[in-house]
Amino acid sequence: MSGPAGPGDAVDPDVDLRVPAQRAETAGRGGWRVPAAVAAGGVLGALGRYGAAVLWPGSMWTTLGVNVVGCALIGVLMVLVAEQGRGHALARPFLGAGVLGGFTTFSTYAADVARLLERGEALTATAYAAGTFAGAMGAVWAGVRLTRAAVGRAGAAA
Amino acid sequence: MSWLLVALGAAVGAPLRYLTDRAVQARHAGEFPWGTFVVNAGASLVLGVLTGAVVSSGTYALLGTGLCGALSTYSTFSYETLRLAERGRGVLAVANAGGSLLVGLAAVFLGSALGRALAG
Repeated sequence: MSGPAGPGDAVDPDVDLRVPAQRAETAGRGGWRVPAAVAAGGVLGALGRYGAAVLWPGSMWTTLGVNVVGCALIGVLMVLVAEQGRGHALARPFLGAGVLGGFTTFSTYAADVARLLERGEALTATAYAAGTFAGAMGAVWAGVRLTRAAVGRAGAAA
Repeated sequence: MSWLLVALGAAVGAPLRYLTDRAVQARHAGEFPWGTFVVNAGASLVLGVLTGAVVSSGTYALLGTGLCGALSTYSTFSYETLRLAERGRGVLAVANAGGSLLVGLAAVFLGSALGRALAG
């Protein structure tokens, strides 16, 4: 299979080097802009995750909620930005790789599952691991499908 | 002041994910999202070290919540898994989902053992 031509074919939403425009986005004099946008978005996303932990402290279910919400939003964003080509050129790095990448976390998820296993709470560990995965996949799928449907209706009405 | 440490860690973690992702993809062409796989495993390893070594709350805010939290990602991981499935790459989607969890868990356990050894 040959490499995809457009951003709509990308698999990795952070950056997919098979998309020529994304491969080139760190080159040249303005090449610092994309990593800077990722950093700025990442700070906002991480502060959002920290804020959620302050509001609902000490619970891995807060992490689950943060991850599921972030996955729904990446689905919405990528349909608009990658499939529809809408928004500013920095929308994907700032909002996708930055805000949502910084908001969601895999390391805390893995560490919480590991902690439960170490304590011998295999059932809770399995429920948490599988529940997060199922919730995240359901959320990203719903985000993509609902946004595609909304974009399709808006396109038909125009 | 924890929020400032979280922000500082994330200001490094998020672009480190983006740049590592690019570096890994440049060496491994193909559909499997190795870049995200690697950063999630790496962040899980570092977080394991931090929990094993039982660091101060300030260090944890900077390196754990900030750096590792922003270096790793669930949104990118779930979208990639969905895209692989949509593109008819079901085996890769399952490998990404199962592999990310197993390697992430192994990385936490390894890091935790390292952290305990380092802390004495």
